[in-house]
Amino acid sequence: MIPLSNFLVLGAILFSLSVAGIFLNRKNVIVLLMCIELMLLAVNLNFIAFSHYSGDIAGQVFVFFILTVAAAESAIGLAILVVLFHNRETINVQDLDQMKG
Amino acid sequence: MTFQQFVFYFFAVVMVGAAFRMITVRNPVHAALYLVLTFFTSAALWMLMNAEFLAIALVLVYVGAVMVLFLFVVMMLDINIAQLRSGFTRYLPLGIAVAVVMAIEMALVVGSEPFRNEWAISAAADYSNTEALGSVLYTDYVYPFEIAAVVLLVAIIAAIALTLRRRPGTKHQDPALQMSVRRADRVRLVSLRAQKMPPNVPLTKGKEGGISGGGS
Repeated sequence: MIPLSNFLVLGAILFSLSVAGIFLNRKNVIVLLMCIELMLLAVNLNFIAFSHYSGDIAGQVFVFFILTVAAAESAIGLAILVVLFHNRETINVQDLDQMKG
Repeated sequence: MTFQQFVFYFFAVVMVGAAFRMITVRNPVHAALYLVLTFFTSAALWMLMNAEFLAIALVLVYVGAVMVLFLFVVMMLDINIAQLRSGFTRYLPLGIAVAVVMAIEMALVVGSEPFRNEWAISAAADYSNTEALGSVLYTDYVYPFEIAAVVLLVAIIAAIALTLRRRPGTKHQDPALQMSVRRADRVRLVSLRAQKMPPNVPLTKGKEGGISGGGS
């Protein structure tokens, strides 16, 4: 049988890869959003692994809600991105400094 | 190596490879497609852990809806890829270092002895994952479920409100104005004097006669 730690290590590798993706593609907002989706997927993998190995369905309910919130988040994020591109003609994070932060 | 182990390692390798290609590939369209592959492989792994409903929901909702939305936006925007890729090699060592350190740290923690649990609940033959999920979702978690519905509603309204642009000159109907209209705004009664026929013009049959008959 597969031990629980295999799934957890896989989730950890996936999460680290998405963190590296945020470092590497730090100018492209679309790839940043995709990296956030990948992070949520790694978290969901952990939830389902714990849910399966402890025999508790609550973890899967939590994954259900995470999927809902992630879908809403990506929809709003892409809508903001479209408005941003319409106003500024760019999605480069470096150019989005009109708030002088 | 049992069949389950083979399936796990095969899908794990495909998943990590697809995620790695997703963060390093140059074209955002290719990145989205690699993310689709990652989601699909992840759904297979979830099915290995008896989470059938969520695996199918991941394929339908994520691969079917969210990733298509991503692809739609990526293809709709005219992006200068070369400009967005500048600084990629500059931050490559830092990104790799942080990721490797994080992965090793987390692997040390979750790969330790307390997590080497091999005892997985083997489900009965008539066990239905969807039924088990639904039976707690609509009883114990009914309020979070309704909040999730509200979150989705807010997402719908926010996405529409963000992307809606009012252009001048468009013709649209205002139902409030349509409902509040009065008879006096639309109908004007004019009193016309009755017209007398000249006596020496004979009435002809057919179309003209109809018109003159109606007018008199």
